[in-house]
Amino acid sequence: MTDTMDAPMTPSTNGTSPLVRVTNLKKHFPITKGIIKRQVGAVRAVDDVTFDIFPGETLGLVGESGSGKTTTGRVILQLEQATSGSVDFDGNELVGMGTSQLRKLRPRMQTIFQDPHASLNPRMTVASIVGEPLREHDDLRAAEMNTRIEELLLQVGLHPSHANRYPHEFSGGQRQRIGIARAIALNPEFIVCDEPIAALDVSIQAQVVNLLEQLQEDLGLTYLFISHDLSMVRHMADRVAVMYLGKVVELAPVDDLYDNPKHPYTQALHSAVPLPDPYIETHRERVILAGDIPSPSNPPSGCRFRTRCPIAQDICSAQEPAFEEKATGHWVACHFVESASSGGVADVTLPAKNAGGDPV
Amino acid sequence: MVGSEVVLDVQDLTTQFNTQDGTVHAVNGVSFALHAGEFLGVVGESGSGKSVTMMSLLKLIPMPPGEIVNGTATFDGEDLLTLEADKLRDVRGGKIGFIFQDPMTSLNPVITVGKQLSEAVRRHTDASKKDALNRSIELLSTVGIPDPDQRVKNYPHEMSGGMRQRVMIAMALACNPEIIIADEPTTALDVTIQAQIIEEVRALRENLGTAVVWITHDLAVVAGLADRVIVMYGGRIVEEAPVAALYSEPRHPYTHGLLRSLPRLDQKGQELYSIDGQPPNMLNEPVGCSFAPRCEYAFDRCLTEQPVLRGVGLRHAVACHWDLIDNVEVPLSETEVAL
Repeated sequence: MTDTMDAPMTPSTNGTSPLVRVTNLKKHFPITKGIIKRQVGAVRAVDDVTFDIFPGETLGLVGESGSGKTTTGRVILQLEQATSGSVDFDGNELVGMGTSQLRKLRPRMQTIFQDPHASLNPRMTVASIVGEPLREHDDLRAAEMNTRIEELLLQVGLHPSHANRYPHEFSGGQRQRIGIARAIALNPEFIVCDEPIAALDVSIQAQVVNLLEQLQEDLGLTYLFISHDLSMVRHMADRVAVMYLGKVVELAPVDDLYDNPKHPYTQALHSAVPLPDPYIETHRERVILAGDIPSPSNPPSGCRFRTRCPIAQDICSAQEPAFEEKATGHWVACHFVESASSGGVADVTLPAKNAGGDPV
Repeated sequence: MVGSEVVLDVQDLTTQFNTQDGTVHAVNGVSFALHAGEFLGVVGESGSGKSVTMMSLLKLIPMPPGEIVNGTATFDGEDLLTLEADKLRDVRGGKIGFIFQDPMTSLNPVITVGKQLSEAVRRHTDASKKDALNRSIELLSTVGIPDPDQRVKNYPHEMSGGMRQRVMIAMALACNPEIIIADEPTTALDVTIQAQIIEEVRALRENLGTAVVWITHDLAVVAGLADRVIVMYGGRIVEEAPVAALYSEPRHPYTHGLLRSLPRLDQKGQELYSIDGQPPNMLNEPVGCSFAPRCEYAFDRCLTEQPVLRGVGLRHAVACHWDLIDNVEVPLSETEVAL
């Protein structure tokens, strides 16, 4: 795979070097056909993605289903093998690293899965689920192990007496707490949170988000927070990357991205999120995108968003827009967002249509 | 838009599931009225009884283990709950349309959408095959599907999720229903597709004047759609109000807590408000208020005495022993429903 585009370096927010540096990362899943499994194409789940994650920050990764956000998280942790590109974790190149070496790094990077029903073994007790990483990577005596498990359960808001119960005895929110206890068991530095609240009830979501923030503060964790819930990402994240069809289309500090979204897709995404306020909902100007997200096995030429973009021009199909820093710390891949250096940032305004008259 | 005529009147609906572990008290005495052309939002978490309430009306719950223990549902002068099976089949998909959450499991994968739509049309009218197909094309175009005359030949797997949900809406509309019940119709969809569907429903509703019951767990989704919202918890209605009043002046601690626990702009960096505890276990016979164990205002009376809906404003009712506005206990005398 050759790349014509230079690797953009995402800016450092505070002068420190990044904990995770993702450069030109690609993950293509082959599509095979026939008896000899001839490759006839590829699903380009992640296609040339570059960003940094700094120690102690939460990088939000948002996008619709099929945008490649989950695959990005999995490839960073080497749960999927990258097709090409590089993932640098604290000076260690993870892509192509041998399993035994990788195993030594595993305690430092963990993951919290979306579905607490599917990710916990129903035949294991809470103690053995939470204790499993300790048995694998640490050399603890039985008594020490029990103390540590107890400590972890308390840390995530469960009771030590829960240790001998099975996952089915817990509600969704409690199960997610068990998953979190397991993830922090080995004192990791970096956690990929893959839609950790998507499967939970609204009244429980806030509990889990508060817990994640508390743990980040107490343990100095760095998060990659993958979610489709834009309002929760705004609450959690320091910087946010927006993915569309395997590409990062915009990356900016959180307030910048929400107050001043530059990419037409980010703007549309914002506009699509319903707000719990009847007045705003019936009076806001809404951008409604036409059509569906195209297939990642056959993405549109040039800019991948052009088939749904309200401002697309000829250049968008001919040429892929470069992912460039258009304002300080604000990276965008769009032909129609002017960069700060070439005479002020021109805001792209989308034609909006009124959402619909007065409330009835 | 909203007529004064009541099209559906549900009284004291009680549904249970008799399982090996015991009786699940899914719906515990729910009463509400739906007016002609009204858009009613029903909000609640999983297990709150919102879906079971609506599915009980058309006997769409598996029986057994499900059992409708009590209640009436008057529609068109008849009680749906005692209607004979074949008459009820005429109502389902005829005068009352239903849209389910997941279109992939509600559409038949081996029959074209045109055929499935035609089937729905022909089941309830005496249209010929050709007329039914034309009606299907017309329906697909009504719900905003491009090239409807080509799309009728598609199988469900050839369509995207948003497109399939539009087909489900078309099917619900097939026989010009008086009521459409939509059970989390956008929950499985992406947010940009959800916005398309919401926009479509908003337009349809203005043109067709059908009454809609929209079940959701997301307070934000119905904020811009509904005329009135019912909030359910533990198989009961805990609050009902016109949409503006519910969001600006919630009177039940649960509604209030739900709205407060949503992340807000002016609170970034602060801890989110969260409702403590877990949703109720529906296996327990409800005694007192089912929200009491999680409620910061709860006092002894809440644990023993079931609060009933009391009027607190224009068409605004709440089932709570505590007055959130004046911050006092509600006097014992004020316990009758006043709407």
